[in-house]
Amino acid sequence: MSKRLRILVAKPGLDGHDRGAKVVARALRDAGMEVIYTGLRQTPEMIVEAALQEDVDGVGLSILSGAHMTLVPRVLQGLRDAGLDRVGVFVGGIVPDEDVPVLKEQGVAAIFGPGASTDVIVETVRQVLGEA
Amino acid sequence: MELAEQVLAGNRRALARLISFVEDDDLAARDALALLYPHTGRAHVVGVTGAPGTGKSTLVNVLAKTLRGRDLTVGVVAVDPTSPFTGGALLGDRVRMRDLAGDPGVFIRSMASRGSLGGLALATGAVVQVLDAAGFDVVLVETVGVGQAEVDIARTAHTTIVIEAPGLGDEVQALKAGLMEIADILVVNKADRPEAARTARALEVTLGLGWGHADNGAWRPLVLKTVALDGTGVPELMDALFSHRAYLQESGLLRQRERERVRGDLMHLLERDLVARLIARVGEPALDDWVRRIVEREADLYAAVQALLEA
Repeated sequence: MSKRLRILVAKPGLDGHDRGAKVVARALRDAGMEVIYTGLRQTPEMIVEAALQEDVDGVGLSILSGAHMTLVPRVLQGLRDAGLDRVGVFVGGIVPDEDVPVLKEQGVAAIFGPGASTDVIVETVRQVLGEA
Repeated sequence: MELAEQVLAGNRRALARLISFVEDDDLAARDALALLYPHTGRAHVVGVTGAPGTGKSTLVNVLAKTLRGRDLTVGVVAVDPTSPFTGGALLGDRVRMRDLAGDPGVFIRSMASRGSLGGLALATGAVVQVLDAAGFDVVLVETVGVGQAEVDIARTAHTTIVIEAPGLGDEVQALKAGLMEIADILVVNKADRPEAARTARALEVTLGLGWGHADNGAWRPLVLKTVALDGTGVPELMDALFSHRAYLQESGLLRQRERERVRGDLMHLLERDLVARLIARVGEPALDDWVRRIVEREADLYAAVQALLEA
């Protein structure tokens, strides 16, 4: 059987609104990927550990709380420390325009704001992870 | 260092990589599995199965926590279904296992069933072997939510726990062949619900019908009640698990079950490779031609099989 893309979808931080994460998880599933959904209130450490155990190709982080500038760098650093440099990181949620280049500079592959279509998300994930 | 050696040395990243190779049936996996095989056979493999929503993941979570409390390390393999239409899967069992995060004595892996229909993925048995070789004392295998006849887990696990939820059926449901027959331990979960006592009684009555008064030393499946969410009944379940393990060892059944499992796996791999070889020899076009002739009523299935085997 050929290699199938495995994606971890996680919600770090304390906001309890996971509809967006579920919609994206469902869209990636329908695009033929294996989506590991971890649910709410994950710490960056939990996310890194799950990414390692599940041997994922990508990690999708859904953050609506405004804490992305703290949480995302901690996930990126944790992945690097665990030797998971090649794992692509995607962020969805409310990210102000001025934060976008900063996060991309730090290694985030793509950022999706409100209104991003699931088609675009699926295509971007495929392209970044090398399965266009 | 070889991947297999890294796994034996306790490298969790190597373990995760190797499991992926095994899932993808990569050639690298076959070499590694061969190297790891002498290190297998130590873990106790516990299957947890039952209908969707009966509480399998929650019970696995609390079982793992309790085993850790007894200083045993735990590997978890949690299988969820692959879509027959897109090949995608949503693996959500980790949601109920967040208590286990951050514990180096636990390793959780989600698996998609990838077209397999018996409640496990084709590669689940091999993944269990990898976790066994990696040194985990207990490997918990959670099946997809099953109906009545997905019983592959009984071949993979030493001890099979079948979970029922209260109020799902009467004694006749419990009499049916299939899932109920493979239980070494039957758990009525969500036992804080009013129907629980009745469900447990129905299961016990049904088991009693098969056992009569005979006391031939065989294992009599236990019926236990749990509330996985708050841990009620879990110490009793743990005791049952350990007494079943002891029973398997003392009765010699552990060996016998392993022989049956190995025989099954051997036959399965033989079938797969023989079919692949046959198709490589006759070629897909010839196969398609036979399909066409059968559809056109020029030949029948049995004649085609005979001809292909003799080709």
